[in-house]
Amino acid sequence: MFKFNTRTLVATAIGAALFTVLFMYVKIPSPVANTEFHTAYAIGSFFAVVFGPISGFLIAFIGHALSDTFLWGSAWWSWVIASGVAGFLFGLAKKWIDSESGVFGLKEILIFNAVQAVSHLIAWVIVAPLLDILIYSEPVNLVFAQGFVAFISSAIATGVFGTLLLLAYSKTRTKEGSLE
Amino acid sequence: MKKLFNYNEADSFVHNLCGVSKLIGFLAMTFTVMLTFDVRVIGVVMVLAVLTFRVSGIKLRDLKVVLYYISFFVTLNFIMTFIFDPGYGVRLYGTEHVLFAITERYTMTEEQLFYQLTKISKYAATIPFGLLFFLTTHPSEFAASMNRIGLHYKVAYTVSLTLRYLPDIYSEYQIISKAQQARGLEMSKKQKLGKRIKEYFKMIFPLIMSSLDRINNISDAMDLRGFAKHNKRTWYHTRKLSRDDIMVIIFTVTIFAGSVAVTIFINHGRFWNPFI
Repeated sequence: MFKFNTRTLVATAIGAALFTVLFMYVKIPSPVANTEFHTAYAIGSFFAVVFGPISGFLIAFIGHALSDTFLWGSAWWSWVIASGVAGFLFGLAKKWIDSESGVFGLKEILIFNAVQAVSHLIAWVIVAPLLDILIYSEPVNLVFAQGFVAFISSAIATGVFGTLLLLAYSKTRTKEGSLE
Repeated sequence: MKKLFNYNEADSFVHNLCGVSKLIGFLAMTFTVMLTFDVRVIGVVMVLAVLTFRVSGIKLRDLKVVLYYISFFVTLNFIMTFIFDPGYGVRLYGTEHVLFAITERYTMTEEQLFYQLTKISKYAATIPFGLLFFLTTHPSEFAASMNRIGLHYKVAYTVSLTLRYLPDIYSEYQIISKAQQARGLEMSKKQKLGKRIKEYFKMIFPLIMSSLDRINNISDAMDLRGFAKHNKRTWYHTRKLSRDDIMVIIFTVTIFAGSVAVTIFINHGRFWNPFI
């Protein structure tokens, strides 16, 4: 689960590039003003489940840091680190989900969504606000409010698109014993 | 997108520096500003930032888009901070000098204004170094220097590959997006939310599938050439440190050490309190 061979390395690099592009350009405007659904986290979760937690961490960390740098000129480190944490935690779902087996049923869908929701919760409601206070000394209620909004919108985006992606991907894999 | 990260070769003091010394300088300045809430220290970094910008020969009008985004973000953060916690400055500095009152809760004090202006100066001081670093460093040299300051070469190589394939992935995204729109995909706000999600999916999934093909091609090519056979590797873009490089490293690290010293010995904390 934690090995990092050439294929995982390349997948991580391409995943991070995809994450950057989606993070900057593919945001779905939501009915609530000023919040957007980031499809980038769905891509991050997809790659993390297929290629493992280290890949997930690097994809979200590099992708978020790069898109921040291109958009704002400097990365907002507390949120970049939180993204990395979320990416790493998504990858832990690889333990229970074998994405190459071609099986992605109700059980896998439930496991994936439980893992991604908990990962987002830890990243945005615990890690990001605490680092905001530690590094940038932001007001406490502001960072927790921001973290909560980020948690809800990212968990929904990952839940919808991550599940769809894994479902569609499993259809492209050959099931074991499918020739019988 | 093209405008945003355009590395151009040029002959200036900043361009000619080694990637390593620029990376160390960038990190030293970032950590300096991250650590301190003392406007005097931040002011020193800001002056340096302006000077480095002048020396690098990069024009401000090349950065119009970025500057627009930054000012939007800074303004938003300024307003949000005041809405959520207008009394934060008073609690931080321990005194209260009222400037004007909107309501009882929303009272603007000198302390609050000072805290929020300090925060703005913190963004303003780090942003130029981040931009400069990306605009003046060759992507491959960036990877080489990450490896040189101690990151494992596989991580450094990942970042380098990301930067290499970013433009390709971006153009592929545009091609797929336009092709799907030509088939009648409607992704704007006019579409209902449920349908819109489906439309977005029809754009993201082909992008992922073509990326997975790409991953197989690249990793096969790298494996065939014996990538990752050894625990160390050399870099085509590594250069020897020149006298300028060593000076830049010493200078920036000294400034960081200076700001640590100011924090510990003069301010006895991260905040400088002019109100006592």
